[in-house]
Amino acid sequence: MRQLSHLDQLESEAIYIMREVAAESEKPVMLYSIGKDSSVMLHLALKAFYPEKPPFPFMHIDTTWKFKEMIEFRDRKAKQLALELIVYSNDEGIKKGINPFDHGASYTDIMKTEALKSGLNKYGFTAAFGGGRRDEEKSRAKERIFSFRNNAHAWDPKNQRPEMWKLYNTKINKGESIRVFPLSNWTEKDIWQYIRRENIEIVPLYYSKVRPVVFRDGNIILVDDNRMKLLPGEKIENKKVRFRTLGCYPLTGGIESEADTLDTIIDETLGAVSSERTSRVIDHEANASMERRKREGYF
Amino acid sequence: MKNLLKFITCGSVDDGKSTLIGHMLYDAKILFTDQKRALELDSKIGSRDGHIDYSLLLDGLMAEREQGITIDVAYRYFTTPNRSFIVADTPGHEQYTRNMAVGASFADLAVILIDATQGVLMQTKRHSRICSIMGIKHFVLAVNKMDLINYDNHRFEEIKSEFLSLTAGYNLESVAAIPVSATEGDNLTVNSQNMSWYKGLPLLPYLEQLNISGETDCGYFVMPVQRVCRPNRTFRGFQGQIESGILKKGDELTNFPNKEKAKVKKIYKGDLETETAVFGEPITVQLDREVDVSRGCVLVKNTETEVTDMFTATILWMDDSELLPGRSYLLKLGTKILPASVMVIKYKIDINTGKHIQADELFKNELAQCDISVSENIVIDKFSKIKILGSFILIDRITNMTSACGIVEHSLRRSANVVWQKTDITREIRANQKSQNPLTLWFTGLSGSGKSTLANEVEKRLISLGKHTMILDGDNVRHGLNKNLGFKEADRIENIRRIAEVSKLLNEAGLIAITSFISPYEKDRENAREIIGESFVEIFVSTPLEECENRDVKGLYKKSRNGEIPNFTGVSSPYEIPKKPDITIDTSKIDIDQATESVMKVILKRIE
Repeated sequence: MRQLSHLDQLESEAIYIMREVAAESEKPVMLYSIGKDSSVMLHLALKAFYPEKPPFPFMHIDTTWKFKEMIEFRDRKAKQLALELIVYSNDEGIKKGINPFDHGASYTDIMKTEALKSGLNKYGFTAAFGGGRRDEEKSRAKERIFSFRNNAHAWDPKNQRPEMWKLYNTKINKGESIRVFPLSNWTEKDIWQYIRRENIEIVPLYYSKVRPVVFRDGNIILVDDNRMKLLPGEKIENKKVRFRTLGCYPLTGGIESEADTLDTIIDETLGAVSSERTSRVIDHEANASMERRKREGYF
Repeated sequence: MKNLLKFITCGSVDDGKSTLIGHMLYDAKILFTDQKRALELDSKIGSRDGHIDYSLLLDGLMAEREQGITIDVAYRYFTTPNRSFIVADTPGHEQYTRNMAVGASFADLAVILIDATQGVLMQTKRHSRICSIMGIKHFVLAVNKMDLINYDNHRFEEIKSEFLSLTAGYNLESVAAIPVSATEGDNLTVNSQNMSWYKGLPLLPYLEQLNISGETDCGYFVMPVQRVCRPNRTFRGFQGQIESGILKKGDELTNFPNKEKAKVKKIYKGDLETETAVFGEPITVQLDREVDVSRGCVLVKNTETEVTDMFTATILWMDDSELLPGRSYLLKLGTKILPASVMVIKYKIDINTGKHIQADELFKNELAQCDISVSENIVIDKFSKIKILGSFILIDRITNMTSACGIVEHSLRRSANVVWQKTDITREIRANQKSQNPLTLWFTGLSGSGKSTLANEVEKRLISLGKHTMILDGDNVRHGLNKNLGFKEADRIENIRRIAEVSKLLNEAGLIAITSFISPYEKDRENAREIIGESFVEIFVSTPLEECENRDVKGLYKKSRNGEIPNFTGVSSPYEIPKKPDITIDTSKIDIDQATESVMKVILKRIE
């Protein structure tokens, strides 16, 4: 009998998880961050429920500092697929002018973590799909596929609910919620191979192109709009760069690369000498910073 | 390239599991350089003797780094030119057995580490047993720390044969024993120069070449229905994953448990229509006629499939609070969730030795064989034959905790196999089923003191908390059970005796009995206390006579003052004040909400 390939196995697992949540959870939502993992998640959700549309809305936590191309991509996709898209921002943070240049770690806390929590609370979502993978970072490596959060959205890594076989227990009490990670067992390589196999459209920022950038603290930062202020000694250079992960442009380092097709991106990734999170600036703040953020409710 | 291999590592605390995997990844050159750099940096801070501490790669949680041990499963992903791997690194401590079981339920193969200086320990036995119960069919015994016993061949052979005799009774497809040193890197990726006597493959090459047949496949098509897909009026499809066998257009399927039949009209894989689909694929099936299929049903290409509402299972208890036979849990098997209870713990299995032990309760990290009953017929099969129909979890209905996981041994047909003896269902089992400790709340006090109002409020509160109650008062007792009794002293005594006996029966049934009678004589109340036993709670509603007479809701005081009622308590007959009531409430001093609260405060502790 025909055996499923490695990618087929991962796809099956993710679809199974999405269907379980749709069937059992009262009010699910899919967090949509516009990145390649979100593109894979969206693709899987369309497959999982076909011919029905995904039976839940998509929510983007917009820090207002995302790359312009991301926002264009998001709005075009939502329209094309007639998705129910919720865009949520922390208005209070915007009013106070919280920004990644001046506010460092508290920027992430306020515009991402807090915004996510209040967005989920506002709509009363009981389960939120996220595209997190266990190969991304050490504390994620320990997280269950169904990750329970108390009414303050906090994660208790020392007392995780046992997850046996594929018998997911989605029961929660009022006020609690679940973060669900259908891509837990995928690696970055799997994601890219799946994007190629399924011909999934991704934000053009992943492809190398000549872009205006600034070299800052060892990172290559894109000058995406005029809110990017140059520090003394810095100058804007045009470099052929691409991005391995997408987030807020001031916090996302690019890499110099010639890879401008899917195949060359994949070749470059598979031979990569750095794991992808090195291009995320926040992870370097302190040892185990991700685990702290997760306990406090970050995805 | 071989298919994906999911494996776990287990062993006791200092056997070096994390070091083994960390070192293997390092040597196989499949670490990213920034991970390597971080590792070298971290090791300078927390290293053992200045060498690279490979375990830091895996022990990710802060608490673990502080304690130097592994408390939960960590998953790692790596690919060699020959195979992709997922490795679950599991904790060795007995108190984290349930986390180890999580890792085991996920894996096809177990790498069991033994410290060569220690040999086969209790933990080795425990881990092997859990792996085997969770369905792992391939074992690799890694005898670690060979460097500390001078790479002694003889000692290795001793440990190996002890291990093989330990696992002889298990349902395994392959077992290999490899001598290694996790810190020194012997026999991890290449054959060690220090052990030329070892002729087998090193660990990583062994894992790369091993054939794993994958999950169990019982030979015929099985698909538990996850959801019904109804995008519009015309389309109705059933979505799920094929757990065994293959499906072709035109196949006849039987829907269990109702056993209706229909033919397959269309099969979709994702958004594409297809002629056939195989084991492991998620599909949407359309049938050629209307069949009553919903989530939890199982579509099967075999009419012999068994349905039952009772079965024998081996369970691992994973909850902090203990298993109580008779208590209602939710059981999830496949995609079906329904109420269930453990009727009998047949025996506990000593997780270290495998010995069977008599038991009435089961605590965290304990194994037992027991009989489970579910509220309706479901499709089950032996776990060894098909995982999805033979594995389940039990969920606590209040905390929602996954309290246990279990595997089906065999079904029990109620009529054929089990004749319950009278004593099998006890007061405790009935009470556990209702998640409460039965009590008799005995309200006593003058006419008009507020007993019935208070009893009524207390009952409402208990019901709203999901408790099971029954109230006995003048209305439902005097007009039926006790309608042949008058108001003479002998009749009053008999009245109270009967009420006490009925309350006792209600308690036996697991219910909370609430009685509201004047019951003026201490002797009678003592008698009731004796009949009912420790479930008796005396609640004295001490509202003073003047207040009761003022209220005179039913006009009885007036009548008795006029001599129309003989032997009226408080007027022409005494009320003996309780000497040691459990609760005293004066309704002339506090309002009904406060009074209810005072009662609830005392009794809730005794009910839970």
